[in-house]
Amino acid sequence: MTSDPPTQVVAGGWHFFSAQEAALVEAIVDRIIPADELSMGGKEAGCAVYIDRQLMGAFGASSRLYTQGPFLPGLPTQGYQGEANPAQRYRTGLAAIDAFLKQRDGKTFVELAPAEQDAFLTAMEAGKVDLPNGVKGPGFFGLLLQNTMEGFFADPVYGGNKDMVSWRMLGFPGARYDYRDHVSKHNQPYPQPPVSIIGRPEWLGKGA
Amino acid sequence: MTKILPRKDVVIVGLGWTGSILAHELTDQGLDVVAIERGPWRDTATDFNIGYAQDELRYSIRRDLFLQPAVETMTVRNDPSQKALPMRDFGSFLPGNGVGGAGVHWNGHTWRFWDSDFQIKTNLTKKYGASRIADLQVEDWGVTGAEMEPYYDQFEYLAGISGKAGNIKGQLQEGGNPFEDPRSRDYPNPPMQMTYAPTLFAEVGRSIGLHPFPTPSANMSRAYVNPLGIAMGQCTYCGFCERFGCANYSKSSAQTTVLPVLMKKSNFEVRTDSEVLHVDLAPGGKSARGVTYVDTSGEEYFQPADLVLLCAYGLHNARLMMLSGIGKIYDPGSGEGTVGRNYCYQTNAGVQVFFDDKNFNPFIAAGALGQTIDDYNGDAFDHGALDFVGGAGINCIPTNGRPIGTRPTLPGTPKWGSAWKKATVEGYKSTLGYSSQGSSYATRNNYLDLDPTYKDRFGRPLMRMTFDFPDNDIRMSNYVCDRMEEIAKALGGKQYAVSRRKKGWDSVPYQSTHNTGGAIMGTDPKKSAVNTFLQSWDVPNVFVIGASAFPQNAGKNPTGTVGALAFRAADAIRNQYLRNPGAPLVQA
Repeated sequence: MTSDPPTQVVAGGWHFFSAQEAALVEAIVDRIIPADELSMGGKEAGCAVYIDRQLMGAFGASSRLYTQGPFLPGLPTQGYQGEANPAQRYRTGLAAIDAFLKQRDGKTFVELAPAEQDAFLTAMEAGKVDLPNGVKGPGFFGLLLQNTMEGFFADPVYGGNKDMVSWRMLGFPGARYDYRDHVSKHNQPYPQPPVSIIGRPEWLGKGA
Repeated sequence: MTKILPRKDVVIVGLGWTGSILAHELTDQGLDVVAIERGPWRDTATDFNIGYAQDELRYSIRRDLFLQPAVETMTVRNDPSQKALPMRDFGSFLPGNGVGGAGVHWNGHTWRFWDSDFQIKTNLTKKYGASRIADLQVEDWGVTGAEMEPYYDQFEYLAGISGKAGNIKGQLQEGGNPFEDPRSRDYPNPPMQMTYAPTLFAEVGRSIGLHPFPTPSANMSRAYVNPLGIAMGQCTYCGFCERFGCANYSKSSAQTTVLPVLMKKSNFEVRTDSEVLHVDLAPGGKSARGVTYVDTSGEEYFQPADLVLLCAYGLHNARLMMLSGIGKIYDPGSGEGTVGRNYCYQTNAGVQVFFDDKNFNPFIAAGALGQTIDDYNGDAFDHGALDFVGGAGINCIPTNGRPIGTRPTLPGTPKWGSAWKKATVEGYKSTLGYSSQGSSYATRNNYLDLDPTYKDRFGRPLMRMTFDFPDNDIRMSNYVCDRMEEIAKALGGKQYAVSRRKKGWDSVPYQSTHNTGGAIMGTDPKKSAVNTFLQSWDVPNVFVIGASAFPQNAGKNPTGTVGALAFRAADAIRNQYLRNPGAPLVQA
């Protein structure tokens, strides 16, 4: 039902990705959101788990979108006109990245040093690598980027944003519902920590 | 096999704002009314549950409450020489779905258009000469601001709008909008409490001679009981308005202002999850017999009715007319035909001002909480020495701090990596944004018709949208951007960035769900699809209610005017049409 509450994604195992694909996605989300003094990295935050579960659902299958043909090339202003849904784009795109790098460097993405990984992703984003099987680098990178950010900033109920890490980093209080006592306190920091749809860890007896 | 149902007095297509208002008014008149709604039933406690309504991914990014393109989309292109392709996902605009329609997930800005907006062609021609608007296809609405005033008043009190009058019966009011037309009385509720960003914006605006005032808001500044006896709660400033249902009964919608009364009436019925395929016309095509719809099991029904009201989203009203053969489809080549004519949009641009030393707490927000400057809107300023007509409201209305979508960063920031993260943290709380919401004026080649290639799930042609920003509107938007830069300089942050509107309308990034026209009102049946009471010229027992009736769009959100037009149509049906049902209210 569209009105049902969301169910908590539990990490562990992969529903869509193969082990090899999962390792690649974890490596990519850890470059898009690297661990540094501001936060943990995308892998630890659960971004790959988030993407894995999304690809098994309506998003992965494009089941809500208009998917009738004919599929014709369009202008950028007409939006994505491809026939492949996100699940298919991940399967093809991830395979293309590893095939390309093996051919060029003799290594997979996971085996590259972080600086080399960044250089590759930067080139892919800019359309400067020629990926096999017709995969368009900027389009697939855009999808990876969008989904990684969703996982990092969405409610932790979806498998990413572990311990509300991104919300703590920004100072976003999350699913709080009443700020009436702070509206007029202009230019003053909001004092309360964030809350998720499933509450706060200490409320569940799991510690903060 | 189509199942034929018992006759009703009135069948309404779509149970959003206008459908609910018309259903309430006509059931009060004693008529037997049924509404056919494509989407699901929705109510506050069950569907906008306070335990999980604050879910950005689900409602804002995946858009759980919106029309899904798999159900209906449209094809788009910028000009008639291009091949239109389907919007496989909605982007630039997001039509609603289900009971309450787009009124469930709107922000709540509730404006009145001005007399100068309604009498625009006459007004501009008199002031600046016909040559100034020669490239445009602007039309008078056929009503005056004074004629519309009682209906605006009715909608604002139904919806409990929070605001400050600028002009009551000709007397200017301190703190309100000095450019507005006279109103008969103040808003039903006072303005909302102001957050920091709009407060600062207003102070700086005043310091450079502008006239900021609180944006009229459908988010309640206090608890309110409307004229139907329905109670609403005070807004809690949670920052989950646009794209969300309000879990707190604090945002006006059909759910919070009409349905609790309407649903109890024995002479009203709604059938949800039922899509109207077309209006059935009698032989000769001059009268409607009812509508044909299909439910989720695929069963097809014919609902006979004496009066048919199209109250779907404006774009869908226009398509239903095309699919039903009501009126002639507009042809830009010959200029003939009325259905699909004068499709308009909204011409928006934005400014971000970056500070080091301020904390705006962007998550403390409401959809329509802010300040507006109308000094450069519509006819508020002289266009004599300028090279365009129209204008824009300048709005500082920070609606949310939801972090998947709202992460302002300095220009030149990379999109990922440690530098991205640092800039994101720096910009999140300390950026002040405001935007211009500009008029959109009709041209000959901006229009709607049926697509020759792409079909919906029932095999019916999709609608085809041909649109680009007219040169006039781009010049207007650039002029207002220059004015917004003056405000940015006066605000004095460390840096500012202006996003100007460019030609080549892009259907991908969200801009505005203010699609207008396609079944426009007017006094000339050759140029308008409906008369000034929104009655079809061609099939007089069909009324077409919504922003589809706007001949062009002003620099303001449309819902206030849509609500007022709904009340005006209801008044005309109750007090004129029913005396002589089936007859035109205006002779062609």
